[in-house]
Amino acid sequence: MSAPEAEHQAGTSHVGADRIRSVLTRLRRVDPRLYVVYVAFLLILVFFSIYLRDDGFTSSQNLLNIVKQTTPITVMAVGLVFVLSAGEIDLSIGSVVALSSLVAALTLRDHGMVLGILAGLGVGVGAGLINGFFTTVLRLPSFLVTLAMLGLIAGLARWVTDLASVAVVNERYANVFGSGSVGPVPSLLIWSAVVVALGWFLFRHTRFGAHVVATGDNTDAARVTGIRVARVKIAVLLLSGTLAALAGLLYAGRLQSATYTLGEQDLLPVIAAVVIGGTRLFGGTGSVVGALVGSLIMGMLNNGLILMGLSASGQMIAQGVILLTAISVTLREPRGS
Amino acid sequence: MAELKPLVQLDRVRKEFGAVVALEEVTLDVYPGEIVALVGDNGAGKSTLVKLIAGVHQPTSGQIVLDGEPVRLSSPSESQRHGIEVVYQDLALANSQPVYMNMFLGRELVRGPLRQLDRPRMAQETRQLLDELDIRIDSPRQTIRDLSGGQRQGVAIGRAVHWAQRLVLMDEPTAALGVQETKRVEEIILRMRDRGRAIVIVSHSLDQVFRISDRICVLRRGRQVGIRATPEVDADEIVSMITGLR
Ligand SMILES: Nc1ncnc2c1ncn2[C@@H]1O[C@H](COP(=O)(O)OP(=O)(O)O)[C@@H](O)[C@H]1O
Ligand SMILES: [Mg+2]
Repeated sequence: MSAPEAEHQAGTSHVGADRIRSVLTRLRRVDPRLYVVYVAFLLILVFFSIYLRDDGFTSSQNLLNIVKQTTPITVMAVGLVFVLSAGEIDLSIGSVVALSSLVAALTLRDHGMVLGILAGLGVGVGAGLINGFFTTVLRLPSFLVTLAMLGLIAGLARWVTDLASVAVVNERYANVFGSGSVGPVPSLLIWSAVVVALGWFLFRHTRFGAHVVATGDNTDAARVTGIRVARVKIAVLLLSGTLAALAGLLYAGRLQSATYTLGEQDLLPVIAAVVIGGTRLFGGTGSVVGALVGSLIMGMLNNGLILMGLSASGQMIAQGVILLTAISVTLREPRGS
Repeated sequence: MAELKPLVQLDRVRKEFGAVVALEEVTLDVYPGEIVALVGDNGAGKSTLVKLIAGVHQPTSGQIVLDGEPVRLSSPSESQRHGIEVVYQDLALANSQPVYMNMFLGRELVRGPLRQLDRPRMAQETRQLLDELDIRIDSPRQTIRDLSGGQRQGVAIGRAVHWAQRLVLMDEPTAALGVQETKRVEEIILRMRDRGRAIVIVSHSLDQVFRISDRICVLRRGRQVGIRATPEVDADEIVSMITGLR
């Protein structure tokens, strides 16, 4: 072995040892937030599988349904991982869903599929840019900015058709965004997979993702090392607005109709999915894959509780209790910080 | 030192904040491989001077000269581009991120057509740097939160050394540290000087100033009282310069 090679070998084994050592350190300081979502997922899956074994919970049809129904939540959750990790929040996503579905359905009816999609997404881009502008240029808390936008956009969604629903009759659109499939794979499943995969890559493997967590972790540190903090914040709000608009398109495709109530109830499950999935509510750490699993948990709960025959009010109470439990495990700060 | 060219020159630099004159007129040349200590009472203008060179503030009048050319350091990135790095008093580290990500914060290494983060290479280069400077940290993959105060300051200094081609500014780098940790950080600072960087360090500890500095620049209420070669003064003289009492 030549000298440079030996040196290279030594270097790698050194880093290998580092990796082992760091795994050991991590194991010693087990942070429940890192694994609780996976354990919870398995526990809930096992519980429903046993308890509801005669009600078809585990049928592939039902499991597929869960994934399909949670697609909009998953898509929004991916966006919110970025926003929360950057130390901001976006409360306007639910109303963006409604307005984008309506705008898409109206444009679709009169001007065709492509313009319909663009118009729907445009709602999210617009909302994201406005949220970003007020949060960075005017330096207002995103909590208040997006709360105001939530009201404003919800109002627009009611106004645009005067509360009327709009049917989506375009079959190609319904195929792509709803009931269709590519071979045996439902298109909604593909949307989930694609958004999660792209989101994971962007978050975990690009400089942008690194700048997002750094911004949420220590804004001043990020700024003095030359990261353009304001741009990062605008970008994450733009991303979450756009993904919320995509969720609106997906609802409109699956239900073949758009209405102002779409997405109204989604903010809580989305935040729950993201936070249970290991994303810190105050910035600095996040997980896209965790958010996916968190979102599937919310879907399973919804589905399982219905199959158990709980009334709507019973479901809400059960969801609340489960959420509180989940949050008290995941939100507790690790000791020594 | 006559044959060396100064790395950074301050020429009658003045800074006002509204009606407050934080710095009256400071003129200072910093040479390669020397440690200049900046001392003075609270409010003397030390941090302000550091921030002017760091590009955080811009002088009201006077010039900052690099390689004989007056420059406008309009932002921290602009200073960084000129090879100037800062170790801040309140550790500018991202606590939930690993050591190697902090080392490369804002300047992450990427590879491939997708420009993916090159985490293994960043970790390995960090490991090398930590070893060279003898900063003792188990693994570059450890989270900042899991380090001691001295180790954190080691990371902050390591980052500055890694990127500074010209000058490292340090604003009370050992203020939050214990005796042992302070000693280790001072060793790191001396090793950094041996690499030919210039260092400007703000310190409240005269003991420390006499242990590591080559020259001492004294400020009092924004005025530059004087510059002394460290071996040629004693603590009493510096104290009287700081306080203005004989
Ligand atoms: N951003 C600022 N705005 C207004 N006044 C400031 C600012 N920064 C520093 N000063 C003032 O300038 C003077 C020098 O402060 P500083 O440089 O922090 O002193 P030191 O670091 O030597 O304690 C003080 O009177 C301080 O109040
Ligand atoms: Mg100070």
